[in-house]
Amino acid sequence: MRPPFAAPLLRDAVLVAGIAGVLAFPFVGLLLTTQGTAPTLSTRFPEFAGAVVLIFFGRLGISAARRGHSLFPIVLGVAMATVGAFSLLFETAGMAADSAAPWHAFVPGTFLATVASAGGVAIVVVAGRNYLLGDSEPVARKPLPMKQLLLWTGVALAGVAIVLPLLPAVDRRLIDVATLVLTYVMLGWGLNIVVGLAGLLDLGYVAFYAVGAYSYALLSVTFGWSFWVCLPLAGALAALFGILLGFPVLRLRGDYLAIVTLGFGEMIRIILLNWYDFTNGPDGISNIGRPSFFGFQFASKPAEGTESFHTLFGIAYDPVHRLIFLYYLILALALLTNAFTLRIRRLPVGRAWEALREDEIACRSLGVNPRNTKLSAFAIGAMFAGFAGSFFATRQGFVSPESFTFIESAILVAIVVLGGMGSQIGVAVAAIILVGLPEYFRELQEYRMLAFGMGMVLIMLWRPGGLLTHREPTIRTRPQPASP
Amino acid sequence: MNPAALLEVEHLTMRFGGLVAVDDVSFSVAQGAIHALIGPNGAGKTTVFNCLTGFYKPSVGRITLNSPESQATFLLEQMDDFRIVRDARVVRTFQNIRTFPKMSVLENLMVAQHNHLMRASGWTFLGLIGAPSFLDAEAASVERAEYWIDRTGLAEYADSEAGALPYGEQRRLEIARAMCCDPVLLCLDEPAAGLNPSETEQLSELIGYIRDHHHISVLLIEHDMSMVMGVSDHIVVLDYGQKIAEGTPEEVRNDPAVVQAYLGSDDDDDADAST
Repeated sequence: MRPPFAAPLLRDAVLVAGIAGVLAFPFVGLLLTTQGTAPTLSTRFPEFAGAVVLIFFGRLGISAARRGHSLFPIVLGVAMATVGAFSLLFETAGMAADSAAPWHAFVPGTFLATVASAGGVAIVVVAGRNYLLGDSEPVARKPLPMKQLLLWTGVALAGVAIVLPLLPAVDRRLIDVATLVLTYVMLGWGLNIVVGLAGLLDLGYVAFYAVGAYSYALLSVTFGWSFWVCLPLAGALAALFGILLGFPVLRLRGDYLAIVTLGFGEMIRIILLNWYDFTNGPDGISNIGRPSFFGFQFASKPAEGTESFHTLFGIAYDPVHRLIFLYYLILALALLTNAFTLRIRRLPVGRAWEALREDEIACRSLGVNPRNTKLSAFAIGAMFAGFAGSFFATRQGFVSPESFTFIESAILVAIVVLGGMGSQIGVAVAAIILVGLPEYFRELQEYRMLAFGMGMVLIMLWRPGGLLTHREPTIRTRPQPASP
Repeated sequence: MNPAALLEVEHLTMRFGGLVAVDDVSFSVAQGAIHALIGPNGAGKTTVFNCLTGFYKPSVGRITLNSPESQATFLLEQMDDFRIVRDARVVRTFQNIRTFPKMSVLENLMVAQHNHLMRASGWTFLGLIGAPSFLDAEAASVERAEYWIDRTGLAEYADSEAGALPYGEQRRLEIARAMCCDPVLLCLDEPAAGLNPSETEQLSELIGYIRDHHHISVLLIEHDMSMVMGVSDHIVVLDYGQKIAEGTPEEVRNDPAVVQAYLGSDDDDDADAST
């Protein structure tokens, strides 16, 4: 039986395939290669045709599934996935390498085959859901108990983070990546105070990270002070810079604020680059003091008269000890940031930050001093960046302006926005996705930016408010006494 | 000068470039009374409010508030907007609702008690360590907020997002929030705009309650004449930035200048006015 939906769906699919064909022809259909010295134009019509046909069927399946049909898209999806999987098998079996064979031109390449299988599976999933739920309207689902859910997710994440270095399957590389991710989690949580709570879009947050790193580096190299002395000083200096940079932008908001803070971020980096006498310019500062385990160095041969970490515990020297110590250090700092943020959200100043984000005029009309409120958000956000900067300096043992470019600020803002403004767990998850995954899949470097952009587009489509948008009120009314 | 007056506005003038929005307006607000500011659209009523609450700096004039408790005198025209609320305790609401939409009703009312709670939390330091004195102050603030939540009939919405409330409830939330600032003078900018007759009736009761039980003066801008005439003790009429009449509702209703301002001076319009 010819289903009644066929005509509009077919027209739509043909249209989309046509647009794809127009766009893809110069990129896929034509190939410019250099043979000897002369560039030659060769064609790749089979690949081009394969891509257009794939888009046609993919679009057909997706629109059918989204209109609530189940049988047709499932068949189509299974067919697509099968074709894609067989092609992949073909490739891996090496049969396609026999390019002399006449049928070779009709076997799609690896990329097309992968897209075909993944798309087929996606269509089957969507259509399968239609099939299971029937043709009925989407049922009003019971709202999830978000508060408990978030609490337990947080506890589970923290638990995994605490036992991670002790797991047998964990190697140095994973600890390194996890340390990096935690640095970004901490920075994201710090920026969340400024952007997520107070609503001040700060695109120059990396400046405070740089101030913290250079404060620690200079104090440590010049005076030889230990990490634990320099850490609060670096935080205080960064907070001071937060106030200094906050003053001129008090009257700005939204896009204007973003542009000016972006400029400040770059100014700090350029000052670090050019003030050679003080910061050693592009050469950076090296030989920064390594952190010690409460005075016990992580060294294979401790200096005369001192004990080292491994002799203290009577274990064999292993360089991984220091990595694990650094991991726990940043974990502790990050959890401190989190605890502080969760607490201050419930205090008057935290509520004033959120109120300021919602409506500054209304804040003024209630007697909230907007200047002090904004400056405190800048200062506290910057303080945590300063702590993280100190950690960065002690971990690397070397700082240079190169580490504090605009892209770091951009990634941090992306983490906060992707995670859901103001959501602590959202920020942690977003940091893992945006920093951890790319770091772990370095082999696929060329595709990183592609995946980054695709992820952003998907988030905008499906969760424009970020991964986690649930907001728990900071205070609730007392339960009313049950009436007799 | 009337010594009993809470608020004295003298020769208030506000110019925007060549436009004179408020022209030499003087009036006073008595302690514990409801005053209304009425006039056709564009008469300068909201501009007067903005001058009173520090959102505009008047071009000319003096605005004096005689605080009933501390015997202190504040010159409002010289103060910043948030200082007027914090120190002189003149609090306003807005013609277009300005709640904090993503925050709960209770949170909205807690923000209104910000300055008091900031002091109690020792500028956050006592709050961070959870000092008992801060927790007591916080509990007292919640209690005050709950009182106004009950008063304004928002009990069922107390923990929901302010932005999700129906329109009339958002208007009442704004009044509850202003009352949590502990004002001596409450300035309401068209509180009945967009309300249906029964909601307007409730609002009149609420405003009367605020005057009678809390002895707080209210200055009201309103277009709903039946409400203004019913609730006000004293009315000031503005037209084209100038004060054209002042008096009790009865006096104002019969003032020819007011009738002319509202209805025009043509004979046809006079015929309309008599219906």
